[in-house]
Amino acid sequence: MLKHRTIPALLLLNGGLVKTLKFKNPKYVGDPINTIRIFNEKEVDELMVLDITASKERREPNYALIEELAGECFMPLTYGGGVTDSDQAARLFGIGIEKICLQTAAYRDLALVNRLSGRFGSQSVMVSVDVKRNWLGKAALYSSASGKSFPEPWLEMIHRLVNAGAGEVLLNAVHRDGTLVGPDLELIREAAAALSVPLIALGGVSSLTDIKEVIAAGASAVAAGAFFVFHGPHRAVLITYPDYKELELLLSNLS
Amino acid sequence: MIDVLDYGLGNFASVIRMIENVGGSARRICTPEQILHADKLILPGVGHFDHGMSQILDRSFLEPLRERVVIQGTPILGICLGMQLMCAGSEEGSLQGLGFVDADVRKFQTQHDQNLKIPHMGWNAIRVTRPNPLAETTGEEQRFYFVHSYQVELHDSNLAIMMATHGIEFCAAFQSENIYGVQFHPEKSHRFGMALMKRFVEL
Repeated sequence: MLKHRTIPALLLLNGGLVKTLKFKNPKYVGDPINTIRIFNEKEVDELMVLDITASKERREPNYALIEELAGECFMPLTYGGGVTDSDQAARLFGIGIEKICLQTAAYRDLALVNRLSGRFGSQSVMVSVDVKRNWLGKAALYSSASGKSFPEPWLEMIHRLVNAGAGEVLLNAVHRDGTLVGPDLELIREAAAALSVPLIALGGVSSLTDIKEVIAAGASAVAAGAFFVFHGPHRAVLITYPDYKELELLLSNLS
Repeated sequence: MIDVLDYGLGNFASVIRMIENVGGSARRICTPEQILHADKLILPGVGHFDHGMSQILDRSFLEPLRERVVIQGTPILGICLGMQLMCAGSEEGSLQGLGFVDADVRKFQTQHDQNLKIPHMGWNAIRVTRPNPLAETTGEEQRFYFVHSYQVELHDSNLAIMMATHGIEFCAAFQSENIYGVQFHPEKSHRFGMALMKRFVEL
């Protein structure tokens, strides 16, 4: 059985799916229900849906839509976006979500991670951390809700979230988001070496070789957006996902 | 028609959708009368054992279930907590279970392996232990999605039809005549879940 997961990360905006470029210029890629149906057929082992404007607009999750998505999903589903308390999380688990991904509210209130992992178990609580390198190549913690960087070192924030009970860390390299130029392996290595919980790396993946390199760099799982929704130099929308046997062969020599 | 029993725990949309996807038809039922008229039942469920049992008792589902399943032999599939509720009782709670299957539900023990993660959450491979109507016996590895902290201990190990390993080897699925239980979530296990659901539909 495959030990490493390869997870499509889908971005939700106004009820549709979009793909961003360095967190900007969201391009519509399709209807979420249809897309999930395609991923069902491709036998994806896990799926992630992130509402990219819920926190920015201080909105609660769109429960009706999420319930519909969960009902279509024949694989475990992680939802992120706008979750600020544990009753909202309970409602999401009740409508068929397996894991919840936190960021904005967790940064503001670490105790939220405690409360969620205490009530639902740390395996159901993922935290997402966005890191952006500046023009000097220095990596900083980035807030997608405000569009600014935080002064706090990014790895310190990850440690605090994990100590508060996060069971998984989604590390997103903002400077590689949607670029299809390859993952930031140095960033992944640094995070993986420092972490005891599973690390999911997101950002830049453009090929099967990239997937292999991310795992070789120490991540437990690879997430990708553009690689699974765009095809060709003109970024035509085409939903793809590697075959299980292909992934098994690709990752067979990695521990 | 497969009747999916709604006793207030969890979301059944993906169970119903998956049955439709493999060519069956399914609907949500929520009254004792509907149980008595069911041709095939699914008992889903996510959550605490006592909470599940008290919901079943409060809705007066116990007697109709016993009548339809144990006396009249209607096929039933319990999923996750639904499987556990069909046992005699659980360490998770103090209420008696439905008692359809001679088994107890026990918490995973970490004493042999300190690093063992509880709940057991994620995909895991299963081993089919005997030919049965629910499981495929092709050579290919079958994997399913699990989320549970408690596991079913059968008093008669011959009732097991699938085993999986998480620290210890545990019962991933059982069959006692018309009564089936699976610890994993077929509705979240794409191809493998669909194959299992299809077999239950065609039973």
